[in-house]
Amino acid sequence: MAILECKGLSKRFGRIQALEDINLSIEPGRVVGLLGPNGSGKTTLIKLANGLLTPTAGEILIDGRAPGKESKALVSYLPDKEYLPDWMSARQLMDFFADFYADFDRERAGEMLTRLGIDESMRIKQMSKGTREKVQLILVMSRQAKLYLLDEPIGGVDPATRDYILDTIIRNYNPSAAVVISTHLIADVEQVLDDVIFIQNGHVALQSSVDEIREEKGKSVDAYFREVFKC
Amino acid sequence: MDWTFRNDLPIYSQLVDRIKLAIVSGALPPGERLASVRDLATEAGVNPNTMQRALQELERQGLVFSQRTAGRFVTEDITVIDEIKKTLAKGQIESFLKAMKELGYDRQGIIDLLKEDE
Repeated sequence: MAILECKGLSKRFGRIQALEDINLSIEPGRVVGLLGPNGSGKTTLIKLANGLLTPTAGEILIDGRAPGKESKALVSYLPDKEYLPDWMSARQLMDFFADFYADFDRERAGEMLTRLGIDESMRIKQMSKGTREKVQLILVMSRQAKLYLLDEPIGGVDPATRDYILDTIIRNYNPSAAVVISTHLIADVEQVLDDVIFIQNGHVALQSSVDEIREEKGKSVDAYFREVFKC
Repeated sequence: MDWTFRNDLPIYSQLVDRIKLAIVSGALPPGERLASVRDLATEAGVNPNTMQRALQELERQGLVFSQRTAGRFVTEDITVIDEIKKTLAKGQIESFLKAMKELGYDRQGIIDLLKEDE
């Protein structure tokens, strides 16, 4: 069964139609890129999946049910902004996550921090931007969730950090969980994706596998994206 | 192994070619156990499903085989490896001949040139 499913999903903010009649489904075991230019509706879709927004029409289902208390136990969400209290240390944050989420693997999170040489007693506000992003990702990926929703996980980090983030996503691959990565930096993530969903002006412009696009178009997803979304 | 990818071909088929080359060149000797899908995927920086698909294709071609619990191994059948090696070599010769033809050499001309070089 699909872990994430949208049926005729629409979201309107006043006069702005952010998403319109979205139909898609994401199966467990897939790593999916949610790709689209700025303002295309990627973050709106992810927020709907998290229950942070409610649909104007249609429905969005997580493991067959509308977002709610049960779905939050299944979904691990990395927002596109820094949201962790900056006075907390990495250790306090691990305790915090362990309290909140039954599926949080504290040992694994600790190991990942050690591997990166991040001092657990360091507070968020003392960390560089790159380190903060790594800590956020480690916390989110250390849950044994069924669905990971990563909103712009590689935006604004240096290439080495980006490689680390993608490597972490591959290492944590679990055939019974799906990973959705929203980004506009396609070339950087292309290799780790199974499928891509192109979003354009609130519509799904394309849903396909990466290798299908390469096979049929004879070009990378990045090159194809530039063609489809040519300004 | 070098894991950089071209943009105009599916990633899985490039993985197949890369591993195939490692096998025929002896970098992965006959009977050698392959790393796990996850480890290979991490090393290549690709999605595990893509690596899995590449390994299945190599299995289909008889270059690797899997044993239920022990993992995947390079075939011990030297004739299969030699066959693939020959196919790859023929491909190289073909593109070489094509390039030489564009330069205006016929078969004999190429042979003369090769002898000259010795």
